[in-house]
Amino acid sequence: MKLQGRVWKFGDNVNTDLIIPARYLNSSDKDELARNCFADVRPGFVEMISPGDIIVAGNNFGSGSSREHAPLAIKGAGISVVIAQSFARIFYRNAFNIGLPILESKEAPLSIQEGNEVSVDLATGEIVILDTGERFLAEPVPAFLREIVDAGGLVHYIKKKGLAERKTE
Amino acid sequence: MSMTITEKILAYHAGPKHVSPGDLIEVKVDMAMANDITAPLAIKVFKQTGVHSVFDPERIALIPDHFVPNKDIGSAEQAKLMREFATEYHIKHYYEVGQSGIEHVILPEKGLVIPGDLVIGADSHTCTYGALGAFSTGVGSTDLGVIMATGKTWLKVPPTIKIEYEGHLQPWVRGKDLILFTLRTLGVDGANYRALEFSGPVIKTLSMAQRFTVTNMAVEAGAKNGIIEPDEIALAFVDQRSHRRPFVCTSDPGADYENVIKIVVDTIEPQIALPHSPANVRPLSEVPHISLDQVFIGSCTNSYLEDLREAATILKGRKVAKGIRLIVIPGSQLIYSEGIEQGIIKTLIDAGAVIGPPCCGPCLGGHLGILAEGERALSTSNRNFMGRMGHPKSEVYLASPAIAAASAVLGCIAGPEEL
Repeated sequence: MKLQGRVWKFGDNVNTDLIIPARYLNSSDKDELARNCFADVRPGFVEMISPGDIIVAGNNFGSGSSREHAPLAIKGAGISVVIAQSFARIFYRNAFNIGLPILESKEAPLSIQEGNEVSVDLATGEIVILDTGERFLAEPVPAFLREIVDAGGLVHYIKKKGLAERKTE
Repeated sequence: MSMTITEKILAYHAGPKHVSPGDLIEVKVDMAMANDITAPLAIKVFKQTGVHSVFDPERIALIPDHFVPNKDIGSAEQAKLMREFATEYHIKHYYEVGQSGIEHVILPEKGLVIPGDLVIGADSHTCTYGALGAFSTGVGSTDLGVIMATGKTWLKVPPTIKIEYEGHLQPWVRGKDLILFTLRTLGVDGANYRALEFSGPVIKTLSMAQRFTVTNMAVEAGAKNGIIEPDEIALAFVDQRSHRRPFVCTSDPGADYENVIKIVVDTIEPQIALPHSPANVRPLSEVPHISLDQVFIGSCTNSYLEDLREAATILKGRKVAKGIRLIVIPGSQLIYSEGIEQGIIKTLIDAGAVIGPPCCGPCLGGHLGILAEGERALSTSNRNFMGRMGHPKSEVYLASPAIAAASAVLGCIAGPEEL
């Protein structure tokens, strides 16, 4: 799948408290979470962006709390993909599980600037800065996680594999 | 083939005799845990799987602790959803407000985790139970919802970084200071995707409470799990609380470590994490007398009876400084009760502390001590991210209960020796 959008740039160690502050965790409604996405660091984020826009960040994106509300808020806000130099491990799992595409690239975030128009090919991992023509290849997604994404998320994956049929046979 | 303790526990739960870092494995889960914030989403996912019962109602723990006693209508709805699910699916380990406390204090206290267990929790500080020689790690709600249905999950076997502590501890230096010092060394992603094995003679001298403090903060370096080989102290702790037979294992002498870091503790002072990162750590002597508005003693890091006793020892016969709010939240109903019996709570109250009901409280900016714009707090909790305890322009400093108590008396960041 090919995605294209405008870039919103973040630095290193963007933790899940910054993505969605805990005071908004009294709801798990994705629209409400989206309204409060980056409430403290980029107030009004959801109004500023257009559907399909892209987040580009440095190292350790999504560190800290395990709150799945963080990738849900980002996805709910309309972000199509997050490209980071690295992801914290729980966020990495959560993003695949809820179907928020993420890509790891050490180089691309160093060249991509805020406001750039970027295209991403999820199948090949190719990232292109349309303003400059620069091209990057993201780290390949492990085959097993690819299967989860292709199935449409973890719940659909385990249903497809028959893992959830223990008590329903 | 030699294995680390983490690899042995993972192999035991996956089936093969041997696993190596990088192996993708499916494991059986001994205990699955969620709280009032992460359970509602997990329950939604569980229902989407289409199964009609949980994999084992005795192997799921649902602990209301983040926003309880209910802080607003939204929180009340979430707690209600979890409570009703627990009743409908006969979840054995659901503990209501009044019998409960902070999830990571409650699970060990009630004997729900023993050495060799594999525990998955929908909370990042699930890594705490590694202090008992168990493998435990945090996940999100979807993973947890699927585990409630299947009793299984997938994991990638992590490489292990071993931290060896040697030497003799200075007065007032505790497990909290060791882990803060270690976080300064590793950085906030220095152990991302890794197992952190805490070892060496100093660890063996620590009480269980202090060991829980150490493993609790493994995730602040990005670690998948933190672990300590079980010894007689750990086995005595579980022996009083569980009838299950533990799977006691230790790392083989020839086990393969990605890195071994030796830390000589003799010169380590009490440590302070400055805003806005738990790895932004300085020794107390390098931190000026920064004035404070609030001191918080509590959270899954430092709310054990030993922590409250240490604070009471310092606060006995003294008063909290004018202009300071000292908030103390015991980690569990049992700790609260023992604290009353032993006179610890009375000492704290006489000094001017306010005692909150066992829960997470202000640690994550939920309730019971939120900071206003420009306010500064010293906290015994584990995170001091921007806005963590309230206003984005507030500041949080992290330290041990001893430093917290002394700072509450002096009105600024200071150690007990300055009293």
